[in-house]
Amino acid sequence: MNNMFINFLYAAILSGTPLLFATVGEILSEKVGNLNLGVEGMMWMGAFAGFFAAYKTESPILAILAAFGFAALGALIYAILTVSLKANQNVTGLTLTTFGIGLSIVMGYAMTSKIGGAPKVSEKFAASLNHIHIPILSDIPYIGKLLFQHNPLVYLSVILAIICAIYYKRTRIGLNVRAVGENPSSADAAGINVTLLKYINIVVGGGICGIGGAYMSLITANGSWQPGGIVNGSGWIAVALVIFVSWSPSKAILGAFIFGAFNSLVNYVPASVIDIPIAFYQMLPFVLTTLVLIITSVRKSRENAQPAGCGVTYFREER
Amino acid sequence: MNNKSPVLMGNSQEPFVRIVKRKELTKQQVLLLRVFAFLLAIIAGGIFIWTMGKNPIDAYRLILKGAFVGSKRNPLSSIQATINIAIPLLIVSLGLSFAFKMKFWNIGGESQVIAGGIFATYFALYYSTLPGPILLVIMFVAGALGGGLMGLLPAIFKVRFGTNETLFTLMLNYIALYVIRYLESGPWRATPGFASIAQIDTNARLTHLGGVHIGWIFAVLLIAVVYIYLNHTKQGYEISVVGESQATAHYAGMNVKKIVLRTMFISGAICGIAGMIQVAGIDYTLSAGIAGGVGFKGITVAWLAQLNPFVITFVTAVFSILEKGSGVMQSELGLSSAGTGVLQGIILFFFLGCEFFVRYSFVLGKRRANA
Repeated sequence: MNNMFINFLYAAILSGTPLLFATVGEILSEKVGNLNLGVEGMMWMGAFAGFFAAYKTESPILAILAAFGFAALGALIYAILTVSLKANQNVTGLTLTTFGIGLSIVMGYAMTSKIGGAPKVSEKFAASLNHIHIPILSDIPYIGKLLFQHNPLVYLSVILAIICAIYYKRTRIGLNVRAVGENPSSADAAGINVTLLKYINIVVGGGICGIGGAYMSLITANGSWQPGGIVNGSGWIAVALVIFVSWSPSKAILGAFIFGAFNSLVNYVPASVIDIPIAFYQMLPFVLTTLVLIITSVRKSRENAQPAGCGVTYFREER
Repeated sequence: MNNKSPVLMGNSQEPFVRIVKRKELTKQQVLLLRVFAFLLAIIAGGIFIWTMGKNPIDAYRLILKGAFVGSKRNPLSSIQATINIAIPLLIVSLGLSFAFKMKFWNIGGESQVIAGGIFATYFALYYSTLPGPILLVIMFVAGALGGGLMGLLPAIFKVRFGTNETLFTLMLNYIALYVIRYLESGPWRATPGFASIAQIDTNARLTHLGGVHIGWIFAVLLIAVVYIYLNHTKQGYEISVVGESQATAHYAGMNVKKIVLRTMFISGAICGIAGMIQVAGIDYTLSAGIAGGVGFKGITVAWLAQLNPFVITFVTAVFSILEKGSGVMQSELGLSSAGTGVLQGIILFFFLGCEFFVRYSFVLGKRRANA
């Protein structure tokens, strides 16, 4: 029983990791006041680019960079439209999702038909993203498995979340970023370069979402390209997660693994214990997120709410 | 756009590029600008197709062929299929425009379509002995009610607690989706071991007129009704005032809460009817694919058309042609039908960018002294 519980937590961490990447990415964007509904699309772009680079180069670093770069390109389109050309954020984000999903399926289809079969990354590449083994540490019972036996990307996601948390809480530029997200015109008046900060955060955030996508094609799908894609709504769960963790990157670490646990719960709770339909397990993250959303609005909690400038186009010339 | 930063601007230095509000462009100029954006999008889409190693002209030709040229036996088959795709998208886009006119970000079109579908299917499954026309009217009302309630829910929280409607409606899409999954795998399952709901009785199916189910008549009527409601009625006027400024609406003595709730109910109800029509006219059952993304696509269509019902009809047609034609493009050209997503995305990107140039222009160099 104990072992099964550890296995369950282990599975939760594995399936929570892509969500953590995407959540951190989306927090970066929302903190500068841009609700990017293109997470799903950027994850697909990252999923394909990461897979393609892994297939061609067999280098995990290049695969991650490719995923980051391609998704960041998608985010750049979003940034140009919403920041410089003042386009509506919701419509632009949704369009980015449509575009990104279409683009990766088209490219994946072209790749598959060129190779004439289901492409899969090489054994050598797969081994490079295998779970690590640190002597002694990894062998500690229970804790070793939970903390020191994951694939490298799991650690990357947690490190990124911690860096992101320090960035907001402890650095001046992070403070500026929060000012931009809360009240761009005051930030502008204080001499902060609003446009530049928005661009950097949106683009880097998009790239991180892309790594989350690459995780799904390289690890979740075992390094194979699925014709129908592998992301399947994770991007939307990430948008939900951002609300669930109240825009805090440090809470996101726990939040992502909780949501990951929901994903794995169904495989670990025996029907004899709790017999509820699978659909309810899958619905749970969205129901909880809605509850969090309602509770924060009822409590009028400024601290846990969306940045005040989020979703609003800032236009200095129009004041 | 660094040059806009106050630091770089210095004390008296002018930024190199400035953005100024344009004088109001004439209707022709705006139209010209948009046609230009559309052409650019087609060219950009062509470049994309070309980089995928295919001939863009072939691709566009095949899309048009796929959308319009039918089989030998039924020359109208493709057009009918295109219209079948267009009907739910048109209805949902029209429904969403109610909410958007009020600046209420209803991203929950999917959930409202699903709710309408569920309510309508309930009667189709359990009251199938009723005479056809009566059953269909009940399903229609049920669909509207289901969608309306689904739309009302986030509105209640919005007016009561100020809960963010964009995020709330977004979450409802997934909650509603998993309700269908639950119904498929449990209470409404047709055969044990296989997660799907039974086909509805012939009683509960819409008849066809001109080769397309009669949902199209409703859609066409709806265009006119929405136009009149939004532009020529008191309630429509109230919606636009609330959309422009809630404070103004309050000051004018309007009951803002009531208007928001009413409008979101209508918005959701129309989407719900789209769900009922999809069940009774196309799918003949309820499945998780019932909304199939129209809730999201409708948002972009309504926005692209700037909430004008007639333009919505036109944009819906363009999107449906792309959608239907892409299948032929895949089978005959070997370019994945998902290319529609890319093409729709590119068109939208260009239009999103274009709107800026309708309102503003870049000016190089120095400001005039009196400016």
